[in-house]
Amino acid sequence: MARIVLDNIAHAYGPAPTGPQDYALKRLDHVWEDGGAYALLGPSGCGKTTLLNIISGLIIPSHGRVHFDGTDVTELPTAARNIAQVFQFPVIYDTMSVANNLAFPLRNRGVAKDEVDKRVREVARMLNLTALLDRKARGLTADLKQKVSLGRGLVRADVNAILFDEPLTVIDPQLKWQLRAQIKALHREFDLTMVYVTHDQTEALSFADKVVVMYDGEVVQMGTPEDLFVRPAHTFVGYFIGSPGMNVLPAEVQGRRAVLPGGHEVALDAFYPNLPQAARMEIGVRPEFVHLSASGAGLPVTVKRVDDIGRMKVARVDLDGRGLNVLAAENAVIDGDKSRIVFEPGHVHLYADGHLVDPQMHEQAGG
Amino acid sequence: MTLELKHVTKKVQSETHIQDVSLAFARGTLNVLLGPTLSGKTSLMRLMAGLDAPTEGKVCFDGKDVTGVPVRKRSVAMVYQQFINYPNLSVYENIASPLRVAHVAKAELDRRVRETAALMKLTPLLERKPLELSGGQQQRTALARAMVKGADLVLLDEPLANLDYKLREELREELPRIFSATGAIFVYATTEPVEALLLGGSTATLAQGRVTQFGPTVEVYRRPNSLETARIFSDPPLNTISVDKAGGELRSAGDLFRLPAASFLAGLRDGAYRIGIRPDHLFLLRPGPDALAQTGIVAMTEITGSESFVHIEFGGERWVALAHGVHRLGIGQPVEFYLDPSRFFIFDAAGALAAAPGLKRAA
Repeated sequence: MARIVLDNIAHAYGPAPTGPQDYALKRLDHVWEDGGAYALLGPSGCGKTTLLNIISGLIIPSHGRVHFDGTDVTELPTAARNIAQVFQFPVIYDTMSVANNLAFPLRNRGVAKDEVDKRVREVARMLNLTALLDRKARGLTADLKQKVSLGRGLVRADVNAILFDEPLTVIDPQLKWQLRAQIKALHREFDLTMVYVTHDQTEALSFADKVVVMYDGEVVQMGTPEDLFVRPAHTFVGYFIGSPGMNVLPAEVQGRRAVLPGGHEVALDAFYPNLPQAARMEIGVRPEFVHLSASGAGLPVTVKRVDDIGRMKVARVDLDGRGLNVLAAENAVIDGDKSRIVFEPGHVHLYADGHLVDPQMHEQAGG
Repeated sequence: MTLELKHVTKKVQSETHIQDVSLAFARGTLNVLLGPTLSGKTSLMRLMAGLDAPTEGKVCFDGKDVTGVPVRKRSVAMVYQQFINYPNLSVYENIASPLRVAHVAKAELDRRVRETAALMKLTPLLERKPLELSGGQQQRTALARAMVKGADLVLLDEPLANLDYKLREELREELPRIFSATGAIFVYATTEPVEALLLGGSTATLAQGRVTQFGPTVEVYRRPNSLETARIFSDPPLNTISVDKAGGELRSAGDLFRLPAASFLAGLRDGAYRIGIRPDHLFLLRPGPDALAQTGIVAMTEITGSESFVHIEFGGERWVALAHGVHRLGIGQPVEFYLDPSRFFIFDAAGALAAAPGLKRAA
């Protein structure tokens, strides 16, 4: 296991990058703590696979260094990094038995036979594969193949980290739950450093202790799932995490109020005495924290549509030409097209040029 | 136009891939085929497209039998999970290619390519080559090429399995507009219940080559007619427990709880049943005065920030509760949770829905 440090990394695929637009991965410093469970989440094209490939050694970054426990491994190939990888499509040998598939990485390294047998049995037990050890890998279902793939990573005692690249994308939903639970249990038991790349927010958020959200070649926020949900550091995080994403509206700040288009006022929870000059100001509030109001209070909206998505309803409302999403309970009755919305106190955030503005809970003297 | 499958069966050697399927899809509708891998989604689509001919039964368009008509003589577009683009053509030319083949006039071609590109959020990428795109962008290009043709039948076989869920959300917003504009029949295969619910429309649930239920998506979700459908249409997985109905009482396996056979349970015959409870109907906070308090052991918690999946060992079963908010619960600790009988599905020994609140019973 290892602490992995990315020191001032950047990567461009082309030979002569001339500006930020040529970089798939923009400058970043990042530390993956030993034994951490991380998810790397972002839309396709955000650079998450590039970042993963830099850690594994499939890509040598155009700038910066990669350190494993203080050792510079920037130029070392994957094989020399003791990295286990699990890909979207399981990489196993169809003609070999499950046992031989699991033993392969050890035999390849000349590990003694007794030790190989011992490790194979141990890993098979951990993954509930014992009954299948003598079966040929061909003909196994996708989830079992993926387990064998994972087992091949776990079988080595000297693994620095396990990298997962969309490991559950081709697995049926019912089995995803089992496999993810198993990966989590393994993480708890062995304290392995795990980095898990996915575009699926549920997968990322439920797997990881820390989620790294990437956008356009940059890390826009790293935090616990709760951080990302409750205090998105960037409007992109607000949009990307959560389904539907955060509502964002242009706003003008006046004291402890935000004035929205159409002159509607929203109370803010805090003071913002030092707002950046000339920045584009917006408020963000998640659909979970917007409520349709039965009484006369709140901002007047037109209900455009109500989508029933089973567990809940999503009301698409219009506030002076701006669309907002409002979540309502599964059995909520939403009548008519006129309603009012109220924002839950404590959940209205202020953004300047897309970045969260830290609130000040007390008015500064003379501020 | 309607597409109709009438008692369609497909056998390959001794194996039955599709078993007696009858379905009818109307023009301008979205129809989701929902089921696990190997449940027959792709086989069914190939029969609809005319890529395969059924062993038995008929495929009809507007009442006309097209069972033997090959795919190239039908107005069909198909998109697969493993998508294909022309690597040496720009995104614009990739999207335009079916229209060029059809000799569509230049101005009309340009208008349709740009309209479809805008819909698929590809406008800034029109001059790029596929290899300069991310996987998701490549898949959107393949989708756009299928859409631009204006085919009568558009078959989408897990087209978003590799894509960001954000695009699915946006498609949900856009699809109704596309349907009314094109008037095509869309058929969309997926393994994911959440995707079916996000897309809306109608859903056919599939298991082992059979259609277990077909109807408006939310109705199939709310009122599954069998344990099989309920399981297919539940993510996280459906929680179930065996119960015995005897006299005026239902008693759970292991006598964990007893329930008077009142209200919607009153008409049940004595015998063995299985209760199905959706994870979001397993409550950590008491939902009402009639709820049954139960105690289980926490096996794991997964916290997404807005919700928590609490895995609970209960009576030898592994259950999942999907709860609002953040619930940090220690593994191995007892946890109290609540069952709300008004949310139960009761399935008989054969797996058919026997009782549920509001279900009218056959006399």
